[in-house]
Amino acid sequence: MTRTDNNKRDDDGWLRIGALRDIPVLGSRVVETPNGNIAVFRNRRDEIFALRDECPHKKGPLSQGIVHGTRVTCPLHNWVIQLEDGNAVAPDVGCVRTYPVRLIDGILYLRVAGRPAAASLDTPLDTPVAAHAQTRA
Amino acid sequence: MPDAAFDDGAKPRLVMIGNGMAGVRTLEELLKIAPDLYDITVFGSEPHGNYNRILLSPVLAGEKTIDEIMLNGTDWYAENGIVLHTGKTVTKIDRKARRVIADDGTEAAYDRLLIATGSAPLILPIPGVDLTGVITFRDIHDVDRMIDAAQTHKTAVVIGGGLLGLEAANGLMKQGMNVTVVHLTETLMERQLDREAGLLLRKSLEEKGMAFKMPAETEAILGDARVRAVRFKDGTEAAADIVVMAIGIRPNIELAKNAGIHCERGIVVNDHLQTYDPAVYAIGECVQHRKQTYGLVAPLFEQSKVCANHLAEFSSTLYLGSTTSTKLKVTGIDLFSAGDFTGDDTTEEIVLRDPGQNTYKKLILKDGRIKGAVLYGDTMDGAWYFQLMRDGTDVSDFRSRLMFGRAHLGDSGHGADDQTAAMDDSTEICGCNGVCKGEIVKAITGQKLFTLDAVRAHTKASSSCGSCTGLVEQILASTVGGDYAPTPKEKPVCACTDYTHDEVRRAIREQNLKSIPVVLDYLNWKTPDGCAACRPALNYYLLCQWPGAYTDDRQSRFTNERVHANIQKDGTYSVVPRMWGGITSPKELRAIADVAEQFDIPTVKVTGGQRIDLLGVKKEDLPAVWAGLNKAGMVSGHAYGKALRTVKTCVGSDWCRFGVQDSTGMGIDLEKMSWGSWMPHKFKMAVSGCPRNCAEATIKDFGVVAVESGWELHVGGNGGVKVRATQLLCKVATPEEVKEYCGAFIQLYREDAHYLERTAPWIERVGLGLVKRKVVEDAESRKALHARFLESQKYAQRDPWAEEAHPKSANAPAYRPLATVE
Repeated sequence: MTRTDNNKRDDDGWLRIGALRDIPVLGSRVVETPNGNIAVFRNRRDEIFALRDECPHKKGPLSQGIVHGTRVTCPLHNWVIQLEDGNAVAPDVGCVRTYPVRLIDGILYLRVAGRPAAASLDTPLDTPVAAHAQTRA
Repeated sequence: MPDAAFDDGAKPRLVMIGNGMAGVRTLEELLKIAPDLYDITVFGSEPHGNYNRILLSPVLAGEKTIDEIMLNGTDWYAENGIVLHTGKTVTKIDRKARRVIADDGTEAAYDRLLIATGSAPLILPIPGVDLTGVITFRDIHDVDRMIDAAQTHKTAVVIGGGLLGLEAANGLMKQGMNVTVVHLTETLMERQLDREAGLLLRKSLEEKGMAFKMPAETEAILGDARVRAVRFKDGTEAAADIVVMAIGIRPNIELAKNAGIHCERGIVVNDHLQTYDPAVYAIGECVQHRKQTYGLVAPLFEQSKVCANHLAEFSSTLYLGSTTSTKLKVTGIDLFSAGDFTGDDTTEEIVLRDPGQNTYKKLILKDGRIKGAVLYGDTMDGAWYFQLMRDGTDVSDFRSRLMFGRAHLGDSGHGADDQTAAMDDSTEICGCNGVCKGEIVKAITGQKLFTLDAVRAHTKASSSCGSCTGLVEQILASTVGGDYAPTPKEKPVCACTDYTHDEVRRAIREQNLKSIPVVLDYLNWKTPDGCAACRPALNYYLLCQWPGAYTDDRQSRFTNERVHANIQKDGTYSVVPRMWGGITSPKELRAIADVAEQFDIPTVKVTGGQRIDLLGVKKEDLPAVWAGLNKAGMVSGHAYGKALRTVKTCVGSDWCRFGVQDSTGMGIDLEKMSWGSWMPHKFKMAVSGCPRNCAEATIKDFGVVAVESGWELHVGGNGGVKVRATQLLCKVATPEEVKEYCGAFIQLYREDAHYLERTAPWIERVGLGLVKRKVVEDAESRKALHARFLESQKYAQRDPWAEEAHPKSANAPAYRPLATVE
């Protein structure tokens, strides 16, 4: 793991967690936090979603599921979870916590509770970060 | 679509005439796939929402209330933005102006019209049918009148000894009336039953207190203002306070006919349920499709799906007609009938008669296939026979056992209707998901479920191992009445498409489709990138069709196959290294011990397939664990894959005093030949060195049993959910032949079976005859299959562990976290 200076959180509490290219299309990677893993998903349209990596059913790791549309299917018992709001698709009932995540010029930002100081990244970022961009939260 | 209404941005208008089960089901299907396509208006003559007409009999018998059989209350229409006119009968369709007009003057314009006017009871053309007390049995109003009459009157005559008549008679009897059933012929329900079953039925009903007058033809209904008696052609009379006319139904076609739409017995429709006017669809009991009319609910639901698809502009499905089955909804009488139950010169029949148990079963066979069935007393296997009949399954292989029911059904799958009916609500039905009978019944009635798939989705019962499927289907059948919608014969791959597995494979092959997005696009998938059910299937089909050319799509693999290990309940993985033929060495065992210690692996277990399982490995440790095992020469055991699992062996002639061949050597050879191959489902083999069969080869997908003169080859066994012994494929003399037959069998399975279909159900579906023809009888075909298998193995036999554990692997990051927050 590489620790770089530009991984510090900004004033709004957004943490740089990596680059878009680090997550495969229709795939997921996890961000480890002291309170458990957060799964970060990327779909076909390069939309990014962050959810707690625990299925509301039996805590299966959603990051290991198959991603389709804006949904992921849990690998343990095939519950289908909506990535936008964390709700289970009917007829199953349940909800998993979602986290605000942003994609700015190919860089991913995540906001987690507890205002942590920094994240160590798996792959160092060599792309400069633009001052403004589209937000998805 | 040429219509202006579809182009100018405004929503097209869909008007439905009739508010019954088939029509509303069509709207439900339509809303599911195209929720915002139409502005919908519904006209219904009855003052209610949509209710389950099949369950009027239990309402009459006092076993259910009207509220319990409502399917869609008025709130459902409101929630879906549907304008509902109840109590209004449409009297005119103006096709030129594209509008309908109701009896109270209400008008509605349409771009698409759906006629779902159902059917009406037939009335005998005899004197007296207008008298008070003459009732038909068709809707809630009729049931109310019968229940009222039963409060104040004593004697009822039911004209018609068919399904409906007997259910009405039973209901009236339950309401306390003395009932006589009048029937024209000598056999009750003669359209569904043969003479013998008809007699048994009559006997049972007589024991319940029902009286019969048959054969008898009614000449007149007598009385002044109110009915007093019924007179027959033979001059005799029967006293009656009420007369229920239940001799049959006829499609309601007058409205369509008056609008100039072509009608024969019913409104004639094509395979899309369109009438001769393409803007006008018709569905349900009012319809005539390929010369057939239908009065049972299951075929109507099949029509609904096709009609909804066409209305939603997905035109890929066709309605090709239905095979129907019947169950009588009279409590305490088990009766099932399907297809042609009389037979002719070209058919054979198998009959089982046991008067002591009051059971009678008859199957009609033609060319080794079931053409019809009549079951009386024990109807437990009705659904199974019906499935075999619809699928056209060749039953020759198990003909001798056919009559005794679904022999391979696991213990948990056994149980007659009586058994599920007698079960306590707290009886566990699905052992995998801990679902009790009460929960299933509650979901079926509360959520208005009609299909096995819907019950699975809502309760999870039967959604894991599937061994309780029979029980769940029985509960479904007994809860919603016999006319629940049985699992369709040709199932689509998943809800993302209407195409079946075979159609998808054919398209891939014939249209040269080479990637998942291309398949989704070409076959007009309903979802942007499929789902967790279809993507792995497509990935497999492409891989199988284009070996070497197709690039495996990692994101369409289930996690186990993506990370080459088995996910466990806590999100850790298990790792099973390959041990050829179950043979290992101190060096390998030392390497296993070393990685277990080095990575704190909590459990080391010997598997049922003679391998060693390391359980509880953290995902990020997987590459390092593999590297450690690779160093000792071990490769992936594919215990996680839809692939060759293990070849189990006994020690054979090397050590055993009974062994007649080198079973271990054969096992190693077979495993070396077939490891790494991706298959529709997991695939297990075993080789036993003598007929004592210590390697349990006869419950494997491919089992080899050595005999003095060579090798017996067995196929299609299963030791899991449903125990099924193998069937003998053939006997061969040399080890080379064993390998060639084995490779050919695997390749046939790979090319023909549906994804996630084990060899056992696959062989039951296609028949052992097909396997014998292609692998045993036709040497050229066998050699070609074997060659194709070896060709595909050239690309498949790469150790995924070595590739993934390589430090420069492109997939290395997949095992590590993206970031760690402190």
